[in-house]
Amino acid sequence: MRGCSGLTFSRIRPRGFTMFARRGALLFEPQWGQVRNMATLKDITRRLKSIKNIQKITQSMKMVAAAKYARAERELKPARVYGTGALALYDKAEIQPPEEQARHLIIGVSSDRGLCGGIHSNVAKAIRNQIEQLTAAGKEVKIAPIGEKLRALLYRKYGSHMLVMFKEMGRKPPTFGDASVIASELLNSGFEFDKGSVIFNRFKSVISYKTEEKPVFSFDTLTNSENMSVYDDIDADVLRNYQEFSLVNIIYFSLKESTTSEQSARMTAMDSASKNASEIIDKLTLTYNRTRQAVITKELIEIISGAAAL
Amino acid sequence: MFAAAAFRSIVRPKQLHLARAALARGYAEAAPSASTAAKMSFTFASPTEVFYNEASVKQVDVPTLTGSFGILPAHVPTLQVLKPGVVTVFDEEGAQTKYFVSSGSVTVNADSSVQLLAEEAAALDELDITAAKANLDKATAELSSASGETERAEALISIEANEAIIKALE
Repeated sequence: MRGCSGLTFSRIRPRGFTMFARRGALLFEPQWGQVRNMATLKDITRRLKSIKNIQKITQSMKMVAAAKYARAERELKPARVYGTGALALYDKAEIQPPEEQARHLIIGVSSDRGLCGGIHSNVAKAIRNQIEQLTAAGKEVKIAPIGEKLRALLYRKYGSHMLVMFKEMGRKPPTFGDASVIASELLNSGFEFDKGSVIFNRFKSVISYKTEEKPVFSFDTLTNSENMSVYDDIDADVLRNYQEFSLVNIIYFSLKESTTSEQSARMTAMDSASKNASEIIDKLTLTYNRTRQAVITKELIEIISGAAAL
Repeated sequence: MFAAAAFRSIVRPKQLHLARAALARGYAEAAPSASTAAKMSFTFASPTEVFYNEASVKQVDVPTLTGSFGILPAHVPTLQVLKPGVVTVFDEEGAQTKYFVSSGSVTVNADSSVQLLAEEAAALDELDITAAKANLDKATAELSSASGETERAEALISIEANEAIIKALE
């Protein structure tokens, strides 16, 4: 009895043998014949077929993600120029929010679809850290998750902080119209935030992305910032329009970066899944052949010994 | 305009100091910071297309809510919101290129960099005047049949945009 069964039956010592043997016989006898070969030919065939199907699926998902990634990267180029242009004012005027700002809004950008590596969890982790920091400092924090996956990750612990959430992201590439819908919902939500931040995955290359944060300043911060007086001929109306427009721009920029990172991450994830599946298929095929040869040999032996007994 | 800027700089020396500091901390493409007056780093983009990216141009005319004005290098810093109209870009040789913009914002920074972000922008030869006239008629009809505030506002915006397109193309 080879130890391939891995059952204790073969290792039981004679001391308690009779009792154990009986119990062992009751417990193990039905399985004995079936686990003898570690798995029958049928089991291995079944497993092999299902893994081959999975490999086909992951490969086609990789192709789809590659096509979507190519398009997303193409659309990212002008969006990046647009986004850096929109943020240029904040960089150059070096607007700092006042220290005692009490109300924060965190916008987390992600999507509805999974199987993309660590995209959603990275954003969720960054948001969690920020919320902990801010609540420890006594500030009021609200979050606006974009994407079902992000909402699901944050809902259990921070459900009370959620202001508004956005679904149906990830199926089609984001447009400026989507960004303006999001921005108008946030502005109409009634939460007058002093400072906001957008947390998203910035696309660095096909194999890497980085979770980053970009600030969003409220209308009051802009009016009261000292550097703003450098800018001539601004009235409150113009400034409010300008601030709302830059909110849309920042959201649009982060949506574009986020989709590109997501598609590239999904491409790499599906690629490694297909590679893993091929490895398992190779190993299983070898086991299958070995098992097939063992079954044939066993049958031959039985026939021969049966014939010899006559 | 320059006299006003000089006056302001005398009256509020703190701002001038800030402007100088901003100049010193400006981006590399603002060339040697001594001669920023000669160059204007112009970025003109819409969400889907980039027209100029930190290009060096002589003058830009923009239509804003407070009126149309031209931006030259060393223009006083300002923020403005665009209204539907034509943007004219005069490049280094003096050649003019016109674009129609629907709305957006323009920022002139202290280091003479200009960011013109348009929500929708198209070169004039991509627009069709007959389609614009048809849209204008449709929008006027919608205005007279509009019920709520938002619908009235949308119809008015549509009318304004189409009228500007027609004026630009004529």
